[in-house]
Amino acid sequence: MLIMNNLVVFPMIIPLLVGVILAFFPNHIYTQRLLTLLSLIATFVVSILLLNLIQTEGIITLEFGDWQAPFGIVFVADSFATLLVLTTSLLSSIIILFAFQTIGKTRETLYFYAFVNFLIAGVNGSFLTGDLFNLFVTFEVMLLASYALITLNGKKVQLRESIKYVAINVVASSFFLIAIAYLYGTIGTLNMAHASERIAEVGQTPLLTVISLVFLLVFSLKSGLLLYQWLPGSYSVPPAAIAALFGALLTKVGIYALYRVFTLIFYHEPQITHTIIAVMAILTIIGGSIGAIAFRDIKQVITYNVVIAVGFILAALAIFTATSITGGIYYLLHDMIVKALLFLLAGTIIYLTKTSRVDAMSGLIRNYPTLGWFFFITVLSLTGIPPLSGFLGKVLVGQGALETSSYILLLVTFLSSMVVLYSLLRVFMGTFWGETIISEEEQIPLKPLTLLPSAILICLTFILGLAPESIAPFVTDASNVLMNPQIYIDAVLEND
Amino acid sequence: MKINDLILRSVTKLIVFIILTLAIYLFFSGHNAPGGGFIGGLVLASAIVLLLLTYDIETFKYSIPFDFKIVAAIGSLIVLLTGMGAVLFGKPFLTQSFATINIPFIGLREISTVTFFELGVALAVVGVVITIILSISEDV
Repeated sequence: MLIMNNLVVFPMIIPLLVGVILAFFPNHIYTQRLLTLLSLIATFVVSILLLNLIQTEGIITLEFGDWQAPFGIVFVADSFATLLVLTTSLLSSIIILFAFQTIGKTRETLYFYAFVNFLIAGVNGSFLTGDLFNLFVTFEVMLLASYALITLNGKKVQLRESIKYVAINVVASSFFLIAIAYLYGTIGTLNMAHASERIAEVGQTPLLTVISLVFLLVFSLKSGLLLYQWLPGSYSVPPAAIAALFGALLTKVGIYALYRVFTLIFYHEPQITHTIIAVMAILTIIGGSIGAIAFRDIKQVITYNVVIAVGFILAALAIFTATSITGGIYYLLHDMIVKALLFLLAGTIIYLTKTSRVDAMSGLIRNYPTLGWFFFITVLSLTGIPPLSGFLGKVLVGQGALETSSYILLLVTFLSSMVVLYSLLRVFMGTFWGETIISEEEQIPLKPLTLLPSAILICLTFILGLAPESIAPFVTDASNVLMNPQIYIDAVLEND
Repeated sequence: MKINDLILRSVTKLIVFIILTLAIYLFFSGHNAPGGGFIGGLVLASAIVLLLLTYDIETFKYSIPFDFKIVAAIGSLIVLLTGMGAVLFGKPFLTQSFATINIPFIGLREISTVTFFELGVALAVVGVVITIILSISEDV
């Protein structure tokens, strides 16, 4: 029984342990690659085991050091967190395959793989923790690794953007700490389940609502909800593999935190908090759309597409019905996969053409037909064309919006699909159509191995689109727990 | 230019031992009283930094020939492994245990897994602090 509960901490401990071991021999690159891949695959296997276990046993918790729940630190694996851990470890092992080909020897000897492991440990820890202060710590683990990754082998532009990135995150983290202090001062606990229970008892007073808005500010900064101005710069400077990790995982942790905090702890005043989230989501979508259309640089277009998706997923939270939350989870999983794919493909295009300006490329479909088709499928998937994975999430979110008569959210979210389609099709037409600019002799050969990670991700988006039943029970369970906080509370504070 | 730092050097030779003793005292007073691996490690690191200030980097690297990145890694490894130890015994992660044993000439002493955990923390702190200070001083 106890052995089983310890599984919960493994998605964080395995990468952490491997990351530390890798620090001993930075120059043995092949060993580093092998160990990193093994650690990520092991994490993936553990999360599958956990997910299946949760369906039979209910939410699994682990009390660190045998200290009971409201007093000690607790890790909680419910379906929502575990689905995200599963997607994270799967995606990171695919992205790391791409990194093997492209990241370059200098970065590999500068502890690149150790930092990737720490990043994954931080991300998984943030998903699994059931304690707000511990969430802060795991956030910091993730951010410190990301600071290192973004500045690794720093060029001038990289350093310039990373200063912004570090500064904004330090400010956000200090607000996080302030919010935690306020909450602790008000209700005297930081265990999420305990906090939820106490707030349900005393009612969400105006003071608590204000504290919830401080949390909203913090997580918006981290996830790029409305306060996304740092995001396009920082996500476009590191190499494609790192940008893919960031784009697929980092903002999603902020989104996860918003989902968790505003469904579990501060859910009593939705007409204030969720309305503010709705307004922020709409503004995010509009701002992201303007950015995605305005820029002619493939990296900028992609990073603004990340922003649009953040707006979309949080619109689902703002609608706040079982249907929309289910849709939001589907879309979140889809978005992680497809954003990783998009960053990998864009990275490949930039590697092949040595430019990121759409105007400077043309006719790539003649040289690299597979790459062209992959990009096209990705665009369709992001827009939400039926056989692909984006469809179901969008339909459910739309259905949720109709149920609550949130017509403005409905209109904005669905118009955003058009913007996504337009901005990416423009990139597609600019890069792949027209007269080819690369002659047969100059053509850089595209190894099948470089395309393999993208091919796996394409398969994933098809599988998720064609057979959503395969994950439907998990997603339904996840949204059920999110909509019924009592299930989570009972699982954590079982002795009460 | 030769700096006349006779006083600093003489005082350092004496003070370093006091600091090191304090570090060890703080380390062992650990988990039950104020002190512990983190603060002990910091004090230990401050002794090393004092040596570094008094003598130059070459002498320092000659007399303490460790790669402090490795020290930090060893420390983190010890921390994680003591945490994992509990898992092997079927207890929740990070559970501690202790035993009172009779050491010849010293008498009854409490031996606890927390001490190993704290040792890891101390090594990690020393490793990180010295790595940071060395990198900064090499940069300037």
